[in-house]
Parts: sequence; structure tokens; C-alpha cells
Amino acid sequence: MKQAYFVRRLVMFVVVVILAATLNFIIPRLAPGDPIGAVLEELRARGASTGGDAEDEIVAAYRARFGLDQPIHIQYFRFLFNTLRFDLGYSISYYPQKVERALLRALPWTVGLLALSTLISFAAGSFFGAMMAWPRAPGFLRRFVPMFMVLSAVPYYLLGLILIYVFAFVLRLLPLGGAYSSGTVPRLDLDFLLDVARHGILPALSIVLTSVGFWALGMRGVMVTVLGEDYLTLAEAKGLSERRIFFGYAMRNALLPQVTALAIALGTVASGAVLVEVVFNYPGIGWLLYNALRSSDYYMVQGVTFCLILTVAVSVLVVDMIYPLLDPRIER
Amino acid sequence: METNRLSLLLGRLRAGAAYTARAPKLLLGLVLLGSLLALAVLGPSFVDVNDAKSISVGTNKPPSAEHPLGTTSGGRDVLAVIVVGTPQTLKMGVLAGFIGVTLGTSLGLIAGYYGGRIDMIISAATDTVLTIPPLAILLVVAASVRSMSVENMALIIALLSWMFPARTIRAQVLSLREQPYVHMARLAGLSDLKIIFEEIMPNILPLAAASFVGATSGAVLAGIGLEVLGMGPQRTPTLGMTIYWAQLYSALIRGLWWWWLPPIIVLIVLFVGLFLVSAAMDEFVNPRLRRTG
Repeated sequence: MKQAYFVRRLVMFVVVVILAATLNFIIPRLAPGDPIGAVLEELRARGASTGGDAEDEIVAAYRARFGLDQPIHIQYFRFLFNTLRFDLGYSISYYPQKVERALLRALPWTVGLLALSTLISFAAGSFFGAMMAWPRAPGFLRRFVPMFMVLSAVPYYLLGLILIYVFAFVLRLLPLGGAYSSGTVPRLDLDFLLDVARHGILPALSIVLTSVGFWALGMRGVMVTVLGEDYLTLAEAKGLSERRIFFGYAMRNALLPQVTALAIALGTVASGAVLVEVVFNYPGIGWLLYNALRSSDYYMVQGVTFCLILTVAVSVLVVDMIYPLLDPRIER
Repeated sequence: METNRLSLLLGRLRAGAAYTARAPKLLLGLVLLGSLLALAVLGPSFVDVNDAKSISVGTNKPPSAEHPLGTTSGGRDVLAVIVVGTPQTLKMGVLAGFIGVTLGTSLGLIAGYYGGRIDMIISAATDTVLTIPPLAILLVVAASVRSMSVENMALIIALLSWMFPARTIRAQVLSLREQPYVHMARLAGLSDLKIIFEEIMPNILPLAAASFVGATSGAVLAGIGLEVLGMGPQRTPTLGMTIYWAQLYSALIRGLWWWWLPPIIVLIVLFVGLFLVSAAMDEFVNPRLRRTG
């Protein structure tokens, strides 16, 4: 039965990716007006188009260039094939640069920031949440963890703005934004890595502070149920140390639903991180997206959203694949 | 008969009020949301809403008696923008949340009650759409729709907020379906529709109400995200749009704190209010959570 589980998850992954590509194909075509009309309008606005025959020729040339003269299903399959090959077309603002090149340059920053801050908040949140439900937990935890739970309702980037103002503008302790000091060339040495770390503190902090509470809340809920289980009473009766009962018996079991929640929450986490990058001028895909939106770089917007969905889908797939290792019962 | 009903209703209201008084989270949450509602309803009678339009007042003025929250670089009065923008945000969230929950509840009911192949399809669809970041789809839509209105945005967001309600409701219906009274109703020859609406529906209403608060919060989150990226409604000044302009004009590093801080505070009050109400409702629906914290 183990194979059936993996196959089902893989199928889901493929469906999500194809669905994302299909939406990118359909939605712009449902909207009134067509991309070539938009280009012409822009040309007219700049006074570069004369209208008449010349304009018709431009339209025909563009239609052929982008394959818009083909039947719709051919267009669709061509689009799907190109997207799945990660051929996302040309950026309009940075022509003739390809969209996927810009994405590949930006992606490591996003994945680095997102993975690190999500892991930290997941680990810390799960630990604090478990402690909240533990009867012999220190009293100060009960007072300060609920604060984070309330904070978890606040979007990352709103807290980010306040953090920038306080720590970068007023106190001048940390940089205002960016991933490294302007003027430095990215290379792998200690100075550069320290610079990157210094720039990463505030964006990471705004994600961690606002998501620790979410994980703590979920963990506390599960932990309350786990604490009523017979195997905990047995572990206690056997005289095991409290540390061992807490980590090996209670927390280990309560973590399982948390991992499922992680897979589900990743989409929201990624959306929030996109906006954090905008606020911090962090050169990841969120920042790329923001600039593409501002300059109506349509293919870039499509490329980034596809990449975003793909990133989340891959992460969910990884989480789903790890899950059976944590919970052998899934093989049923 | 009528008086009986009235006294029953009064009794329920009294019980509700008593529960609210005993549940500090619910009380605080309702107070926060109520204050925003009051701001939206009473605001226009104290503040000239026309000052929310661009170049209607002087630019970059710090808070003063004339402009209690200062003005923006675009020549808008920040307090007026807040008064105009808050109800737009509330409207968008409630509208999207309501449509999303109605959609999700219906799907959850159908999937949970009929089971089998229908359930498999609905559940697979729910799980699949759940992993797609809503903002990604919203952006593609927003980029292709030239002019976005608050209502349009609510509708599009609603199409992406049915998944969580559908999941929760389905799980609940699965267990309700096996309750003796449902079996009785089936033996008595009631139609599926009657069983769903008269036997099962009343029992999932509290859960649906709790999902509604969660869905509203999610909808506001997605909507504000869209606005902060500059892709929200353009006609009316919204809270997210104010943050977008503040960001674009570097209000942060120019020290114009009165421009970006008020909309953030209103949004934080809104999100925390919704969170507290939602947490309190979860505790009401699932009493096991009441024991701690």
C-alpha cells in the first residue's frame, strides 16, 4: 500500500503543476482585450504607431511571432509544453532576457529566506506549544506564548514595516533592505556571508515572530489530546525521565498533525513571504514580481506566479514524502 | 405561542451574553471589531471624506489639529482615507468570506453525506487547490482585469476561500452521518435533501459560523496583499493601497510615519479582532480547547 500513497501524492503534484500552467493560459484569455491590442495601445500612446496598413502588418507579425494565429488547442499544448520545460518566454522590460533566467537568479534568495524562517518558527512554535499544554511547564511560558498567538494574526509584511522603521530607520542598527550591501559582489567568503546574514535578520524576524504563534496554537491543541493517552500514563508508571516522556512520547506523537499542517500552510507562507520581500527590497521572486507588476511585464508576472505555485507544490511533495517516515501508520 | 418563542429567544440572547462575559477572548475580539465598525459608520459624520481624494489637501503635513493624522505626498488626509478605506476592507472580507463559506459548506455537505466517488473527487479537488497560494492566482487575474472593483475582488477571492470550510464541514458530516437520528430519518423515508437540510445542517451551523470568521480573515489577508502590491481597486482609496503608495514614495525612510502607521494599526486591530473571535468560536465548538490557555 505504500506505493499507492506515493503514487497518489505524485499524481496530485502533477495535477497542481498542470492546473497552474492551465490557469496561466486561460485567465489572461478570458479578460477583455488581447495582449497585442495592449502593445499597440502603448505604441500609440508613445506616438510610435501610425495606424492603417502598417498597424495591420504589425498585428499580423506579432500574431505569428507568438503563435496566436494557431488554433486554440494547439496554442494550449504548445504553452503547456513550453511551461513544463520551464521555457517561460521573454521578459518585456528586460528584453531579450528570458523570464526563467531572472527567476533562477531570484529563487535562491526566496527559498533561503523562506526555508530558514519557516523551519525556525516551526521548531520553536511546536516546542512552545507543547510546553503550553505540559502541566509542569514553567509559568512564564504561559504568559508570553499567548502574545505570539495573537501576533500570528498579523501579516508578516505589516510587522516587517514596523521593524524596519524601529531597527533600521530610528535605531540604525540594521540595514533598511536588500540582501547584501550595495556595491559588494556576491561571492562565497565570510565577509559576504556575514553581510547577507545581517541583511536577513529583519525579514526573517518578521516572518518568525508572526508565525511562531500559529505553530504553537496548533501544537497546543494536539498536545492536549495526546496527554490524555494511556501510553503516557504507562511511560510515567515505568519511571521514565520527564524529558524522555516529553520529547519521545508526547511531542513526537503530537508533531504528526503539525507536519500535515505545514504542508497545507506552505501556500500561505509563500504568499506572505512574497510581500515581505517587497517591503525589504529583498531580491527574491516576490521583489521580481513587484517590479514586473509595476512595469506591466506580463510574462514575468505569469512566470513568477507559476514558479511560486511550483515551489509550494515541490515543498508539499517533499513534506508528504517525509511523512511516512515519521508516521509508519500511513502505510496502511 | 408567540410569547413562548419570544421568551425562548430572549433566554438564548441572555445565555449568549453570559457566555460572552465569561469568554474574555470573544469579548475583546468583539470590542475590537465593533470599534472598527463604529469608525466606519460614525467616521463620515466627523471627518470630511472628500479629503481622502488625492490633491485635496496640502502634502506631507505631520499630524495637527486640522489634520489629526497628517497628510500624504499625494495630498490625501490620512484620517479621511482610514474612514473611507476601513468599510471597503470590511465589506470585501465579509462578502468574500460569506460566499466562500456557503460554497465550502455545500461541497462539504455533499462530499460528507454521499461519500464514495463524489467524496473522492471533491476531497481531491480541495486538497489540490489548498496547496496553491491564493495570491498567485489573484495576481494573474488582477493583472488581466484592467479595472478592479471591491466587489469583483471579493468575488475572485471567494472562489479561493472555500477549501478550509469544505474540509472542516466534510469531516463533521462524516461523523454526523452515522448518528442514530440520521439513521432514523433515513428509515422513516425522508429524502436526502430533507435529511441534509433539516437533520444535519442545524448541527453544523456553529462550525460553519466559525469557518466564516476564518474565511473572512483569510479573504482580507489576500485582498490587502493584492492592494499592497498595487493591484487592488483603483477608484476608492483602500488601506492596502495607502501602504502601497507609502512604500512607493519611501514614506518609511522619509520619516512620514503618520502615512503608513495608521492603516497598519487599523489592519492589525482587524486581524487580531477576527483572530480572537475565531479562537473563541473554536473553543465554543470544540470545548476540549477550553481547558488550557
